[in-house]
This record gives sequence, structure tokens and C-alpha cells, in this order.
Amino acid sequence: MTPPPPGPRRGALRSIVSIASLALLPPAGATPATLSAAIAAFTGGVAPTEGGMRLEVPELVENGNSVPLRVSVDSPMTEAAHVRRIAVFNEKNPQPQVAVFRLGPRSGVARVGTRMRMADSQRIVAVAELSDGSFRQHAVDVIVTLAACIETEGGG
Amino acid sequence: MRRRAAAALLLCAGLAGSAAAQGLPAAQRQSGFESMSPSTQAMQRDDDANPGMLSVRDGEARWVRPDGAAGRACADCHGDARVSMRGVATSHPRWDATLGEAVGLSRRIALCRERHQRAPRGAPEGVERLSLSAFVAHASRGLPVRPDPDVRLDPVRERGRRLFERRMGQLDLSCADCHDARWGRRLGGATIPQGHANGYPLYRLEWQALGSLQRRLRNCMAGVRAEPWPADAPEWVELEAFLQVRGAGLPLETPAVRP
Amino acid sequence: MTTGALVRVPPRARRGEVVEITAMAAHPMETGLRPGADGRLVARNIVHTFTCRYDGAEVFRAELHPAVTANPYFAFTTVATRSGPLEFRWEDERGEVIVATATIVVE
Repeated sequence: MTPPPPGPRRGALRSIVSIASLALLPPAGATPATLSAAIAAFTGGVAPTEGGMRLEVPELVENGNSVPLRVSVDSPMTEAAHVRRIAVFNEKNPQPQVAVFRLGPRSGVARVGTRMRMADSQRIVAVAELSDGSFRQHAVDVIVTLAACIETEGGG
Repeated sequence: MRRRAAAALLLCAGLAGSAAAQGLPAAQRQSGFESMSPSTQAMQRDDDANPGMLSVRDGEARWVRPDGAAGRACADCHGDARVSMRGVATSHPRWDATLGEAVGLSRRIALCRERHQRAPRGAPEGVERLSLSAFVAHASRGLPVRPDPDVRLDPVRERGRRLFERRMGQLDLSCADCHDARWGRRLGGATIPQGHANGYPLYRLEWQALGSLQRRLRNCMAGVRAEPWPADAPEWVELEAFLQVRGAGLPLETPAVRP
Repeated sequence: MTTGALVRVPPRARRGEVVEITAMAAHPMETGLRPGADGRLVARNIVHTFTCRYDGAEVFRAELHPAVTANPYFAFTTVATRSGPLEFRWEDERGEVIVATATIVVE
């Protein structure tokens, strides 16, 4: 496997005495505006309602390269009433999309887990599409800390 | 002779678990696992979620695959690794009489490949060495780190101890300054661990990959802005030999997960 | 590069029971934003799609972006309907495919 994607922040030289500062801003990263646009593209313009679902992420993340998350949606998952898709978005990564999961009545329950990368402390949003065409959403603010003593470009 | 006896005594004291001059008192030793967040701990514990297990599986496949000009598999000589390799990782580095040097597990595997399979030894961070090291070490998972009592290793460990206590880099800090004197305290957002080597090779989230102890030690040296030693320098195995004694008694966790 | 995948499917289940499945594949999920040892950006290559087929249908699909971590991991559920194989498939942007199979016995 290969070393992690540094993103613009990680290009900064870091000593263990000082807390890392944002040396460079992401060139064309996700912003609240592109996040909203990405959600609107997923819902086809339908406004999601808040709630009816959970988005579990650890309160404090030790390394933004691997953030476990789990989304669950309240739904009987029957042919008549089920979750069709769950999408996860973020606020500050280079792109707002993370993943889209396709479920159905054969899922039994609407619950999905995965691991994502987070370039910085930011908001994560999960949006669920229900079989009746409605959408639900829930957001969580996640704090990402940095590991100490990391690789430099010179291979140290 | 007297110095050797004294060194051997210290070593035995460390192995016996009583307070010793070899790093932290045994009763105080704790794995870096304890400093991690619950979700990272869960990731290590779950063999279906621990990415290091992909390397263990890869090593398992390589173990039975014939390789090199000799067309032999590791299994041809060593049989079932779960039996034959149990207790091997916990007692490395060992003394290699042919080379007249201490040898860690990864280099032992490389030497074996070269001598008995007539295969290229492979780069230390290459997939063959890492996967086979992960697989062999995994056979000792849960066993306590148990340094080999071979007295020829004593001078190696002593040199390693001096490296551990030597200030280095632009920040002029020694390993001991953080990992003996300040473990448990915070460095930015991270908790300083005691800095044991009981889970290697391990999956470091920072790398998103499995890597060796040497790779992690290079990161430490980058942290204090020190020039790392060349890849084949004797310092690496000296430090590894000392770290093993310093962490004696801790359970082996390979493949560990760390931030 | 390590290759392959690890999947966990319960070996047996009752018909109608909801079972938990996990699947993890060895893949770097290169974002295209990371400089390599030579200083140049390593080319992007991510797994873009993961699917699970069981009892004649696709029961789970994930469409992925670079924000998914290396060695992608998924935990999901399916209803145990019939004994047989579950087929897992990861496809990346170079067209490389990783597959894995597990069998479930449904009583």
C-alpha cells in the first residue's frame, strides 16, 4: 500500500514543538456552497428534511486519513417503504462527495459503515433517499487532530 | 567479563519484571494501544477491519508459494507457520553467527530467502518482506515480547540504549525525553505513547499502509528534525534490540494499528 | 502491492434473518493529489464501484470518490434468503477488478 494523500496542509514542514498551522489553503476545495450544490444534485433539487437517521462518527479523530462512520436510517425496509440510496458528503475536502450507497428491501435494515478521509476538521452530511421520493439528512461536525512525527518529503 | 555479568544481571532483572535500568519499570509498561482512541482500538481488534490483516493474508499465500532459483516455499522447510513460527517474532532480534551481527525478523526473512530460496532479498519496505514479516509475527500475536538471553546481544542492546538516550536533531531531543519522561502527555492533539515496538510491522493510519519499525523510527527522527541513519546502518538493529528489552513482557500485537 | 480482499459473512443464518457483512479490499485509493518520491503527483486511481451479488440480484452497491480511505472497508446488511454464494466485486479506474466469494447456509 502507499503513503497517504497529504493535501495542501501536509506540505508544511512540521516540528513537534509547534502546533501545525494551515500553511496553504486548498486550491479549489469543497466549500459550503459546493456542498449544497452536491446535495442538491443528489436530491434533484428536493429539500431534505432533518432527522429520522443517525450519522455516527468518533468525537475526536486521531488521524484524518481514516475516519470510521456509520449511517443508519429509520425505515421498515419493505417493498412499500425503504431507503433507496444513502449519500455522504463533506465540507472541506477537495470534493464534496464521499460515496453513494444503494440499498433496497433486501438490505433488511438501512445501515452502512465505511471509512473516509478528512483533510481537516469539518462537517459531514449524510442524505438518505426514500422510496417515496423524499429525502432525509443529518450532519455531524468532526474534529480531526494530527499525528505527531510524520514523514517528510525527503523520506525521513 | 565483569561488565558482561553486570549487563546480563540487568537484563535478567528486566526479564523478571522487577524494576530495571532498561527503560521504564516493568509494572509501568504499557502498549501504545492504550493511548489510542476507542475507534482505532476497535479497528485493530477486528480482524475484518484491520487493514494489516490483508498483509497477513498476503504473507500466508507467499509462505506456501515456491520462489527463487531453488524453487522452494518457506513451508517446505518450516511447515505450518502457526506452529513453527510461534515465539519467533517475540524473540527477535537474534544473533546471527555467520554474519557476526544482530539480525531482526525482516532481515532474517531476507537472509533466508537469499540463502535457501536463492531469491532476491527484497527491499525492507517492499511487499514481500512486509507481508512475510506480518505473517510470521502474527503467529506470535498475544505472546509476550521475550528478548533472547544470548549474551552476544548485550553490547548491541547497550548501544541501542545509548542511542535512545542521545539527543539528536535540530530540536535536540532524545527518544527518552518524550517516551520515558513525558509519555501520557499531549503533543498537539496526540497523546505521547511510551514508544514500544510490540506491533510491527504495523498499519499506520498516517501511511495508509503497513510499514516496518525502521520506517516509523525515521518518522520519529523527522519529528526532531534529525538526519536519519542510512538504511543499512547498524544503529537501526541496535535501537530495535534495546526497544525489545524496554518493551519486554508486552503482548505482541502484529499487525497493530496506530495513528 | 498487497492484493486481495477480506470478507466476513456469517456461515449460517435463518431464512429471513438480517445478517451483517463486512468487506475490505487491498487498494491504495490514489487521489491524484499526492506527490510521490520524485515530487510529481501520483496518478489518480481509485476503486469507483463496489458491489455484492447474492441470490440472483445485486444486494448492495457503493459508488466511491477519492474521499474513501485506502483499503476501502464496507459494513452492510442483507436478508438471508437462500443458501449459496455472495459475490463481491471491486472495480477501479484502470479497469482492474478484485473479486471475493463467501458462502452462506440458510436454514
